[in-house]
Order: sequence, then C-alpha cells, then structure tokens
Amino acid sequence: MEGISRRGLGRLALGVAATVPATARAQTAPSGPPIRIGYSMSLSGGLAGNGRPAIIAHRIWADDVNARGGLLGRPVELVHYDDQSSGAQVPGIYTKLIDVDKVDLVVSGYATAIIAPAMPIVMQRNMTFVSLFGTGANNDFKYDRYFSINPAGSKVKETFAKGFIDLAMAMDPRPRSIALVNLDSDFHQRTAESARYLARQAGLRIAYDRAYPPSTVDFAPIIRAVQAARPDIVFVGSYPPDTAGLLRAASELRVNFQMFGGPMIGPHITAQKLQLGPILNNLIIWDVYAPEPTLQFPGIRPLIERYQPIAAKENVDALGYYVPPMAYTQMQVLEQAVKRVGSLDQAALAKDLHANQFDTVIGPLRFDELGEWAEDRNLYTQYQGVQGNGIEQFRKAGTQVILAPERFKSGELRKPYTAGA
Amino acid sequence: MDPDLALLLNGIVSGLLLGGLYAAAAAGLSVSFGMLDVVNIAHPAFMVLASLLVALLWAATGLDPLLLSLLLTPAFWALGAAIYVVYHHFFERRGDEAIQGLAFFFGIMFIIEVALVMTVGPDQHFADASYANITWRLGEIDLPLRMLVPAALAFAAIGALALFLRRTFTGRAIAAVAQDRDALRLLAIDPVRIKRLAFGISIAMAALAGGALVVVQPVDAWSGHIFIGRVFAVVIMGGLSSLGGCVLAALAFGVVENVTASFYGPSWSPAVAFGCLLLVLAFRPQGLFGRAA
Repeated sequence: MEGISRRGLGRLALGVAATVPATARAQTAPSGPPIRIGYSMSLSGGLAGNGRPAIIAHRIWADDVNARGGLLGRPVELVHYDDQSSGAQVPGIYTKLIDVDKVDLVVSGYATAIIAPAMPIVMQRNMTFVSLFGTGANNDFKYDRYFSINPAGSKVKETFAKGFIDLAMAMDPRPRSIALVNLDSDFHQRTAESARYLARQAGLRIAYDRAYPPSTVDFAPIIRAVQAARPDIVFVGSYPPDTAGLLRAASELRVNFQMFGGPMIGPHITAQKLQLGPILNNLIIWDVYAPEPTLQFPGIRPLIERYQPIAAKENVDALGYYVPPMAYTQMQVLEQAVKRVGSLDQAALAKDLHANQFDTVIGPLRFDELGEWAEDRNLYTQYQGVQGNGIEQFRKAGTQVILAPERFKSGELRKPYTAGA
Repeated sequence: MDPDLALLLNGIVSGLLLGGLYAAAAAGLSVSFGMLDVVNIAHPAFMVLASLLVALLWAATGLDPLLLSLLLTPAFWALGAAIYVVYHHFFERRGDEAIQGLAFFFGIMFIIEVALVMTVGPDQHFADASYANITWRLGEIDLPLRMLVPAALAFAAIGALALFLRRTFTGRAIAAVAQDRDALRLLAIDPVRIKRLAFGISIAMAALAGGALVVVQPVDAWSGHIFIGRVFAVVIMGGLSSLGGCVLAALAFGVVENVTASFYGPSWSPAVAFGCLLLVLAFRPQGLFGRAA
C-alpha cells in the first residue's frame, strides 16, 4: 500500500483549504437584489392543465438554485401573471414585465399559442427568450435570441413522424395504406403534414386524410369513416378531450389496426391514463418523457419525487411526466447560460445558448441557428400491459416503453391496436 | 349490407344519440331563455359545474353518475332560484335585463369556471358508469350505452318536464308567464314567484345534463364553451318556448353533424349544422315550432 508522504499531506491540506471555503461560499445564502425572471403562464383556461404543473417545476428549480447560493450570488425570484390561456393577454403581460416590473430575464408560458404573441415584445426589447413547448414559433420571426424547449426540432416536416413511419415500415408484412386524422390546430396541422410527407416517401397510400374542428363532441363518425377506408395504420393528432373521445369511439367500434396513434396529447395527463386504462394497450403515443431506464438522466427522478407531493396538494397532474421535466429544463438552460456568461447581458446569453451544450434533467441538448433542438427527439412510445385503472403501474418502467428513436429504445412494438378488446 | 348504407345508418343513429345530449343541454335553456326571456349564457357552465360535482361524488361513492345528477337536482333548483332572486332584484325589476343581465350571466359563468379551477383543479375529471364500455349491436348498427343511456335519461326528463308544464296549474302558469305576465296577476299569481320556480327548474335540468355530459366525455372547467353556441342554436331553431321543438332541433343538429362528418369530413359538420339553422330562420323566423308573433 502506498503511504502518504509529508509533501502529499501538505498538498492535501492545501487542497482542502482551497475547497472548503469554495463549497461554503456556494452554499451561503444568496444576497443582494433578486434576479427576477418574468413570464406569462396559463393558470386558468384550457391550457391551465399544463400551465400549473409548469409553475410547480419552476418553483422547484428556483428553490434548488436559491439553496445552492442563487444565480451570480443573487436570489432568484419568479414573476408571473396568468394569461388565462389567451394569446391576447400575452403582449400586455410582457410589456408590464419588462417596462414596469423591470424583470432581468424573460421566458415563455406554455404552448405555441402563448409564445407567438410574446415574440414581438421580446424582440423589440432584445431579450433572450427560452420558450416551452412551442412548435415552429420562430419559423417566421427568425429571432436569433429565441431558444425552444420542445423536442420537435426545426425540421418538423422531415422528422416529426419519422419514428412512427419507420416503425410501420419495419413491420412484417409492411403496411400499404395509412389514415391521417388530426385536430384543426397549428401544431397538429404541422404534425399531419410530416406524416403525409413521410408516408408518401415510404410509398404508403393515404386512404383517409381529414381534420376535425375543436368543437367536435362525438368522434364515432370519424372512427367509423376511418374504418370504412380500411387503412393498415392510423396516424392521429389530437388534444386531451378529443383523445378520450377518439379512443372511446375506437373501443366501441372494435377497431383493429396494425398501428394506431401519433401526437395524441391526452394520456400524457395522469387523469386520462387512469380513465382509459386497458384501452391504452398497444397505442403508440408521441411523448417527451417516460419513466423508462433509457431516459434516466441526472436529476430527473428527484424532480419527479419532489413534484408529485406538491401536485397532489394543488390538484394538478399527479405523475408530472409531461410538462414538469421540460419546464425545469427551460430554467436549467437559462441558469447554465447565466453562470457561464457571468452576467445578465442578453446578447452574451444568446451567444452562449447557441454555442454550448446544456446538461439537463431530460438529457444533454444543443440549439441550432433557429433556436430549436439541433437533434430532434420525437419519442414514440407504446403502452403495454396496462391492467385496470390503477396509478402505480404508470410509475413503473415497462408500462410505456419507448420504441423510437433507436438510441432511447426500451421495448418492442406490439400489434395490432384493438382499443382494449 | 352496403358499406355506404351502413355508414349512413350509423351516422343517423349516432347523430340521434348525440342529439339526446344536445337536448339535455338545451332543455333547461329552453325554459329560461325560451319561456322566461332570461338570456342565461352561463347555462353550459352550470352543466359543467354539475358534471364536476358528479365526478367528485362518483369518485367518493361509486354510485351511478346519472343517479348522482338526479340527486343533485334539488340543490341545483335551489341554486337557480337564488340566482333568479338576485337577477330579478338588480336587473329585471329595474328593466335592465337586456345588456346588464347578459353581463350578469357572463360574470356568473366566469365565477363558476374560476371557482372550479381553484377548487377541483384545471385537469379533466371523469365518471365511469358501469355500462360505459358496453356497446349493443343491431346488425351493423352500433349503440354504445355511453351515449344511449344519457340520451334516454334526457328524453325521460324532458318528457316529465313537458307533462308538468302541460298538466299542472304551476306548469301552465310557467307557460303563461312567457306570454302575458300581467294576465297572471289577474289570477292572483305572482309572476316573480313563478319565474323563480321556473328558473330553478332550468338549472335543475342543467344538473341532469351535467350527469349526461360526464358519462359521455371527460370534463374540465371550460368544457361548457363548445356548447354555448349549440344550445342557443338548438333553442332558437326549435322555436322559443317549445320543448318539443327543442328536442327535434337537437336531434336534427346531431344527425346533420354526424352524417356530414361520416361522408364529407368533420370539418364541415358545424358549418352544415349552423347553415341549416340559418335556412330554418330564413323560412321560419319563429323556429320550427315557435308561434309567429
């Protein structure tokens, strides 16, 4: 065994002396005027189901940062106003945040409909802007200080449905036709366009291609018309109330498709997971996170464990797998940029965000010139082995396996989709 | 059976079932808006309030959601009567019921929605009836009980209400208050008391509609928004103060929407349904069963 020399002991003592004060410094309470981060968030209205979990994740992040000594030694303070899920409220909120509240940094609220109305104000003031779940929000503005926390990437048409179509074309026998059903909304029009484009590239015949309006109540006619078109696979884009209606109708009409799913936002929310139960089996869902071993990045489990008790108290999404990891990432990205730059200079922050990689609770990520993820991460997951309507099964790996992309794959495709039959 | 014929028949049948839900939602409004001339824009919000209460009670007791909505009707009647007292005192009595009254009910709607978010959260809530996963098959026609049972309850409740309005003294007084409130005074009947009673009934009907809604689909605080246009359209198309017309208009709305969705795509459904409303109003401004002024 190698002994420790007197010189070695001296070096160790010097090292300890240098390290301890640094650690102590990092853990001292932040001081000085707070760094104020301003944004609008949907705490009421149709987007509140995702806005409220986002706020909880932001609060957890702020507590974490302040416990670590704050940002640049100053405490972090969140300043947010309820936009009522209305884009019309957003410009006024950001004007107040920047001109009256004098916030130091701004981030976005949840979803493209809230992000886009904030862009002109943020651009006018030259603020760096990290957004949450915006799809193509910067396509027209091309603002070089915009950064998106959304895995869709900047080439939505070429990449969004790739995982789904690749899975389909790897089946034996290969499918020959596809049906496309989507909600008439900006996000779902873009995703349907991707599926249409990639399906044509793969030589699939498009047997049905219709959008439905947001006011639809009964989805049975849509599913019945899709059945009548006899496609092998079905790509669906929908939001939560419609997703429940579509899957209920699929169950009542005893569908049998080789693959069924897509960006069907709904089972992402715990209440809908519990309601649909076995109807989810073999359904393929675009998602951003699932508690699978291939997605266990540093910090994600503690975040979820801290989020869930708060969510239970505040009556919001119980599991928190959809928005909270992304909302926490939104703030982590800003935090890492500020720390690296060492100031709140907006131009320097944007430069840093473009230049560097960020290590977050959802893994490492980089931004491209449009501020989207340099490498898209459209996860296609499949619910498997769901029994009954209990919540515990959704906490475990293996219930929502990842099929694509290959680097995160945690299970094999099961077919057909029969809506629980 | 020819696939197109099967598609058409299923479109009609599912449209009739959907019409049952619309009828449930519109029947109460037919009383308040059609008979009492109270523009209760918050009617769908009351329906959603009932839906969420039913969902909470279902989670706690496991009782059938439609039975729970039936049990809620007395409380909703009392709530409706109390709201009418306030509305009458501050608006109707002063003759301010037109714009200010409308604003009052807008306010009620927002208060209900925000109160629901604050108390039960913004997420969707659901109540699974024991029959919700059963579908009856008649040849190639599908009859999902998730739609059939709420529609049956709606028709039964509307039938009972129609009998009450036609056969009882109080019911006739409610029908009369819509036509000539001064004539009621000559019979020593207080029109305000009658309107209070009737408005309570309209809100009690919203409770039943709420039970039907939460069986059909999950509900959040804002689920009522997509019904505002439809229920007013149904009441106007059926003819104000005509319950039978309201039911027929609701069924027509459902059938037109679903048959259009089956053959021409769901995007056309609202346009065709509301186009039919415009056509009816062009040829019969008083609605299908309304009396000409």
